[in-house]
Formats: sequence, structure tokens, C-alpha cells
Amino acid sequence: MASWTKIIEVEHIPSMGSRVVHYGEIEIAIFKTRDGSIFAINNECPHKQGKLSEGLVHGTNVTCPMHNWDIDLKNGEALGSDSGCTNIYKSKIENHTVFITL
Amino acid sequence: MKEKLIVIGNGMSGLRTIEDLFDIQKDKYDITIFGEEPHLNYNRIMLSYLLSGEKTFEDTIINHQTWYDEHNITLHKGDKVIKINKEDKKVISESGKELPYDKLLIATGSNSFIPHTIGSDLENVIGFRTKLDSDTILDLISKDKTAVVVGGGLLGLEAAYGIAMHGIKTILVHRSGSIMSQQLDRTGGRLLQKNLESYGIEFKLNTTIEKIEGKSKVERVTFTDGQTVESNIVVFATGIVPNTALAKEAGLDTKKGILVNDHLQTSDKNIFAIGECAEHKGNTYGLVAPLYEQAKFCAKKLAEKDSNGYTGSTLSTRLKISGVDLFSAGDYLGDETTEELILLDEKVGVYKKLVIYQDKIIGIVLYGDTADASWYLKLLKEHTDISDLRTKILFGKSALSGDTGHGGDDISAMADDEEICGCNGVTKGCVTKAIKEQDLKTLGDVKQCTKAGASCGSCLGVVEQILVNTLGDEYNDTVEGICDCCDVGHKVIKECIDTNDFDNVYDVFKKLEWKTDDGCIKCRPAINYYLLVKYNDVKYKNDKRSALINDRVFANIQKDGTYSVVPRIWGGLTSPQELKDMADIAVKYDVPTVKFTGGQRLDMLGVKKEQLEPMWKDLNDAGFVSGQAYAKGLRTVKTCVGNQWCRFGTQDSMQMGVDIEKMTWGSWTPHKFKIAVSGCPRNCAEATIKDIGVIAVDSGWEIHIAGNGGIKVRVTDFFTKVETDEELFHYIKAIMQFYREDAYYLERTAHWVERVGLEYVKDALLKDKANLDACAKRFDISQESAQVDPWEQSRKDGFTKEFSPIVIAPENSESFEAKERV
Ligand SMILES: Cc1cc2nc3c(=O)[nH]c(=O)nc-3n(C[C@H](O)[C@H](O)[C@H](O)COP(=O)(O)OP(=O)(O)OC[C@H]3O[C@@H](n4cnc5c(N)ncnc54)[C@H](O)[C@@H]3O)c2cc1C
Ligand code: SF4
Ligand code: SF4
Ligand code: FES
Repeated sequence: MASWTKIIEVEHIPSMGSRVVHYGEIEIAIFKTRDGSIFAINNECPHKQGKLSEGLVHGTNVTCPMHNWDIDLKNGEALGSDSGCTNIYKSKIENHTVFITL
Repeated sequence: MKEKLIVIGNGMSGLRTIEDLFDIQKDKYDITIFGEEPHLNYNRIMLSYLLSGEKTFEDTIINHQTWYDEHNITLHKGDKVIKINKEDKKVISESGKELPYDKLLIATGSNSFIPHTIGSDLENVIGFRTKLDSDTILDLISKDKTAVVVGGGLLGLEAAYGIAMHGIKTILVHRSGSIMSQQLDRTGGRLLQKNLESYGIEFKLNTTIEKIEGKSKVERVTFTDGQTVESNIVVFATGIVPNTALAKEAGLDTKKGILVNDHLQTSDKNIFAIGECAEHKGNTYGLVAPLYEQAKFCAKKLAEKDSNGYTGSTLSTRLKISGVDLFSAGDYLGDETTEELILLDEKVGVYKKLVIYQDKIIGIVLYGDTADASWYLKLLKEHTDISDLRTKILFGKSALSGDTGHGGDDISAMADDEEICGCNGVTKGCVTKAIKEQDLKTLGDVKQCTKAGASCGSCLGVVEQILVNTLGDEYNDTVEGICDCCDVGHKVIKECIDTNDFDNVYDVFKKLEWKTDDGCIKCRPAINYYLLVKYNDVKYKNDKRSALINDRVFANIQKDGTYSVVPRIWGGLTSPQELKDMADIAVKYDVPTVKFTGGQRLDMLGVKKEQLEPMWKDLNDAGFVSGQAYAKGLRTVKTCVGNQWCRFGTQDSMQMGVDIEKMTWGSWTPHKFKIAVSGCPRNCAEATIKDIGVIAVDSGWEIHIAGNGGIKVRVTDFFTKVETDEELFHYIKAIMQFYREDAYYLERTAHWVERVGLEYVKDALLKDKANLDACAKRFDISQESAQVDPWEQSRKDGFTKEFSPIVIAPENSESFEAKERV
């Protein structure tokens, strides 16, 4: 069973912004949406590996900075007429701290 | 059983006939088309844009495969008809197809005429006629070889321009003493030549090719003036020969072209010929407008509808070279029985000539200002008596009504039967009617429905004005929303922001009933920008989360997710010490690529995000600030060396560039903004393709605006001339501020000026001194809060903290330890 890994205090993740987590070879982007929810997603756009962490956050979506694909942070799916999917990670906030399952 | 119609030639006139036929009658024929070229029906006119790189081949396709399919047309691409057997009513194609017809339409166009010269049979001596020719030219041209174009007519000039646009040395030879001698008189030719020379085309007049040499391919060209150049391509644009071989062999009557009557029928009543291959009353035509006129009559006959028949066409031409406005029609030379009305302003580059015979216009030459072309052409075609208009006619239509207002007013003064699209013969009335009856809202709709602007595109501006005029307020209301989040356009959003007090983007969304809570990549940055310009960074804080990545992290994101860092180098001037500092920093951070940008700055590419903060610090410590090479704001002021060093320089362009950059840096604009200053009209700083171009002249500075060196190159419009440096600064501030406030977000100055009209900008700033001063003042105010180095600021306010990744070592993860590396 995957275990919860402690990442960082939630206030260090900017609202409507993101932080990048390096875990071995893996790069994960952790987003905070305007309502304070947290999402963790593989930092690679399904289109051409754009860094999603650098995208603009709106609702529970992020727009990739490279060619403007919209990716749903809830399930990693590309939205609209684009198709593709990127990995997501489960996340939770406990004691003001963000955990994700790795 | 339907009758069988075969069309030979998948080109412009043949297909137009079929389209016109469908407009009258849909199911009379089973249609088969043979085309020698392996392509769908494309717009041959646009090959010129294809060559210059301003359009892609996809843009030139007129009818896609779906169109052929929907109309049940069988198309044999890349299959040439090699024989017509009119006795058995059959055609035979190269691939061996043998098909019967009831009606046959020959639309085989013409071939390039390549005169016999020594070496003209070598490989790479070509014409400019087909997609293949254009591809061949693009393949062959190279920086170390001169390209040679023969023929100074429309086609030759477009070919030379297209080649020169790739930075290739191009020589154009022309037999007579003045270019476009078929369409222009000498004065017009001279002005045009001067303009084209500025694109780097070298002209040899009264000259031709003596010989072309090479083993099997072109290697060298010698001209009759004795000069020899190393060249690997010779493009002949010396005329066309109607393609009559097939018809001749079939026994149809031909002279120069295939002889046709007023219904486009050949000597065999079941066989029609149209387009460049046809000869009507002794005339053959090499332009689209007359062929399209023919198509109308040919279609009627094919549909068996009565008509008076085709009576011939008046030729008019426009040259399709960006930044060159040229129009001519009718008998532009005149003779001893005619009079001429001439207006010539060489400095501004405007020349207008009307040839008058018995108080009627019979010839037109317009250069530099073609706004009234369609009006003059109408007067010519209708043989209108102009004796009452004589004294004012050269100043254009607006001069008659005493109205000097915006272009929009001219449009409403335009008569319904005035032709606006020459290629497709569409009148203003036709466009207005379509807009009203078919509820058209966009330029694209109008183009598709009326075909106006669908060929060479030079009339699209007028079409849009008609659209605006016809729909009036509704045009604004019906513009599509700026994105999927809303139904409103930029104009409404700006008005709403102007008349309300907002302190964040989300309140704007609420007020305008956005469909999403947070907007999206299109609307949020736009509204953030509008708020910033209204309140400046003091009252409204730039919302970084609403800025695009580059404007948020103050560096350019590259394709691999790394960044490029560009420090400001004022006016492009640096010093050994600065260079050394930059080099040291580049070495320290192991920067993989260092490159000079087009704007004379140094670009350090391949920097990792977490390196940005320390690198910025080192750069700041060495005295640099951000070059804002990422910004929707002022990027660079490019300069030439000016009178400090150059023997031609009339003013100190270097110092001026530095001063302007120090004055304007930091300002946000709707899109990126570039300025250049040249020390004399030789314009080495390429100021005429910048948002603002400043060019020194003996008596002061010329200000040019709205140039663009991007995908579609646009040469600046001359704005005004000033005598002192202070005036220059004042105007630059005012122009920038007016653009900042008036344009839509992401609208470059070029598009803005094309949308609102140059006159509008001139009226607002040149005619209205109070507004000029007020704009300059507002610019000053906004600069007080804008001239802050974003690198330093974001280091100081802690924003760069989030640039560092959180590193979690897999082996330690169990211990729930997270360490943050800054
Ligand atoms: C670069 C360029 C720029 C131009 N710019 C302008 C402009 O700005 N304004 C303007 O009015 N005009 C312009 N023209 C001219 C205009 O393109 C032509 O007048 C027009 O295309 C002629 O139409 P057409 O149908 O007669 O011939 P085309 O469009 O040439 O069509 C003839 C077709 O028939 C095919 N064909 C020939 N023989 C056979 C056969 N035996 N079997 C099957 N297929 C065959 C050919 O391959 C060709 O595709 C330009 C032309 C060129 C080349
Ligand atoms: S623009 Fe004039 S002054 Fe400047 S470098 Fe060129 S020739 Fe010299
Ligand atoms: S032209 Fe511009 S967008 Fe295209 S590759 Fe070069 S820098 Fe990138
Ligand atoms: S890489 Fe994300 S949209 Fe292209």
C-alpha cells in the first residue's frame, strides 16, 4: 500500500500557484486552487511534456504554459478537444501540512 | 441520366465556372475534373505570399476535398488530359482514362514564357507559375548565391520580393527603362522602384540576360551590361503563353488563344474554353477578375440560361507586396488627345494620375494611396463626366463631401454598386445585403458567403469597415466573447472597467456575469492588464497569478522548461566591463547558450528555474536590471551607431536610443513593444518594422509607428516629424500611452492601427494638443510605479522562494522528513 509522504506546510504553496516536488526521478507539481484545495499531479503535460507547474490555474484546471492545453487537476485529463492524460497523486492536508501518496 | 461535363484544368477559372454553375443549378451534370497538378484547387495568386513566407499552402486552398465530395465531383489530380476526340466526344488522360463527355470545358491556363537565351535550357531556369515553381525557388535560393529574376512586371516584382524577403541578394533585370511598364508610367515606376530597393532588390534596367552558364545547372549569369554574377537560379517572369496545344490538336480554332464567342463557346458548340487559355475578341487575359467575369457567362450557358454574353473586361491591377500600395487601370499612358491630372508628393511617396479623355477618366495610376481606387474605377467604367469634380478629384472622394473624418465615413458615402473586391467582382451592395439577409457577423462569414476578399485579400480592410458600418452598435454587441468564459468583447470589458471601481479581476468577472469563477488564460491576463493601466501599480497590484508564465517569473520559458535570462543593455550599447561581468555570470551558472537577440541584447539560454534567483542577484550586483525580453511591455530600443561613428549619421542615434529606453523601460503595453532609432534615413536600425521607429533627418526626427517584423511583416506608417529631442520624447510618451489605453490586450500596434485607422491615431494626438499632453502626462505618472526592476523586487519580496523545488529523497521519505532547498 502506498504511504502518505509529508511534503511541506500548506502556506508554502501559493494560492493559485504551485510548488514542484522532486522525488527521485519523479517531478510532481502541487497546486493550490483559489478555494484552498490541494492537487498533486505529474509535472508533465500529456502534449509535449510542458511543465504544468508553470501554468495558469483556474477553477480546478491548469493551462499548460507551452501550448495552452487545459488539464483537469482532479484526474489529469486534458480538457476540450485535446486528449491525453497525466498521472495524479492523492493528496491531503493535515495539521496545516500537505501529504501525498507516492 | 445527367449529362456529363468534363473540365480540363483544376485551376482558378475552371473551378469558378463550376461554383457559379452550382449557384444557378445544382444537378444538371455529372462532373469530372482533370488537373495536371497534384493538388486541390488552389489560389494561384497567393503563390506570391507562399514564396515570401507570408502564407502557408494550406491558406491558398480554395476548395477542399470535402467540397468536391459534397458536390459529387470526381477529381483526377495529377492526371493530364493528352487528347480530345471531338468526333467521339471523349477525352484521354495520361494515366489511360478514356471518358465520354456531353459538354467539355477547357481551362488549361497558360505556361510561363521562357525566351530563348544562351543557357536558357539549363536546369534551374524556371518560370513562376505553379506551386512546384514556388517550391523549387524556395529550395534553391541560398545566402551565398545571387538570385536572378527576369522581367519587371507584376509577377517578376512579386517573385523578386518573395525571394528578397528571405534575405537573399536578388537582381531583377528588366528590358525597358522603367518597371511595371505594362501598368505604370515612368513616375509611378520610379517611386515603386525606390520603395522596392529598400527591401534589398537590385534593379538593372534597360538590361537583359546575355547568357546563362553552367554544366547542367545554372552556375553563372552574364548580363548585357557586362556584369557576371554567381547564381544558381534564374526565374523568368517575362510573360505567359496560353496553353492551346490540346485544343489545336483536336482541331478547334485557335490564334493566340482558343477562340471563343461571347458565351465562351469554341468552334465546337459542345466545347467551352475559359481563362488564360481563351481568346475573346482578340484579347487574352492574365488576371483573375476578367476570368471570373467570363466564368459567370460560361456558367449561364452551361445551365442553358439566357444572357447577353460576355463583352470583355477593363483590366486593373494591384501589386501584392506588403507595404506597397499600387493600383492602375485602363489607359494609363494616354496620348496627345488626352489630358492628365497629376498629384505627386515624392517625400511622402504618393503619386496619383488620372488620364482624362473628353471629360471622362480613361486611365488611373495610384501609388502610395489607393484608398479611392474603387471609386475612380467606377467613374472610369461608367464613363462618368467629371468636369464638375476636376479641381478636387485627385484629393479623393472624401474631399468632395468636405469630410475629412475617419475611413468609416468614406464607406457610408460609397455607392451600393461600387466594386470593393476586384478579383471577385463583389460590390458594396452585395456585401451589405448578404450581411443583413444572412445575418453575418464576422469577417470570415462575409468572406465565405460573398467571396469578397477571398482571393488576393487586399480589400479585406474595406470589407470589415462595411461590416462595422452595416451592423453599427450591433457589431460590438455581437462580437464573440474574448474567450469561452464570457459573451463580451474587449470593448465592453474596457468600458466596464473604465466606469467602475475594481480592485481585483474577480470582481470584474462578477459584474460582467462570467461563466467561470476564475476566468482562463485568455481573459484573466487581459483584465489584469486593463486594471493595471487604469490604476498603475500603486493602486492596483499587478496580480502575478493572472499573468502568463513569462510575465510572472520575469524570464522566457523555453521548450524544455528552462528559462532565458536577458539583462537590459541600454540602447544596445555595452562596455568591456559589462561584457566581462555577463560572461563571468554565464560561466558561473554554466549557461549552455549565449546569443544576441534581434533587439541587440544578450540572451542567456537554458537556465534552470532555481538558478534564476541567484543569477538575478549577481546581475543586479553588477548593475544590470531585467531586459524584460519576456514582457508584454517595452523590450528594446535598438540603435545604429549614428553620428558618433557613422559617416552618414545626422544625429546621435545611440544616445537617443539610450535616452528613450531609460524613459520607457518598465512600462507594460498590450503586447510586446519595440522601438528603434536610426541616425539617418539609411535606417540601419531597421526602425521601420518597429512599434515606434525614429529616424534622424537633417532637421530633426521622423516618427514612424505600427511596424511589425513578425509573421506578417508590416512597414511602419509615417506619423509625424519633430525638430527637437524634447518634442520627440513627448510624442513617444503620448503614442505609447494612447496605445496602452486604446488597444486591446494582445493587440500589436500594427493590428491596432489597422483596426482603428492611422487617421484616428493622428487625430487623437496630432490634432488634439490637449490630449497629446494629457497622454504624455499619464505616461509619466504610470512610469513612476512601473520603473522597478522586477528581478530585484521579486527577490526582495520573497516571491522567488517558490522557484526552488522541494526535494524529497525516496530513502528518507518514510521518516516524513521534508527538506526545502532554497
Ligand atoms: C505568382 C502569381 C501571382 C499572380 N497574382 C495575380 C494577382 O494578384 N491578380 C490577378 O488577377 N492575377 C494574378 N495572377 C494570375 C492568375 O493567377 C491567373 O490569371 C489565373 O490563375 C488563371 O486562371 P486559369 O484558370 O486560366 O488558369 P490556372 O489557374 O493556371 O489553371 C490551369 C490549370 O490547368 C492545368 N492544366 C493545364 N493543362 C492541362 C491538361 N492537359 N490536363 C489537365 N490539367 C491541365 C494546369 O496544371 C493548371 O493547374 C498571378 C499568377 C501567378 C502565377
Ligand atoms: S542609419 Fe544612417 S547613421 Fe545609422 S548607421 Fe546607418 S547609415 Fe549610419
Ligand atoms: S521565431 Fe520566435 S517563436 Fe519562432 S522559434 Fe524563433 S524565437 Fe521561437
Ligand atoms: S506541452 Fe502542454 S500544451 Fe503542449
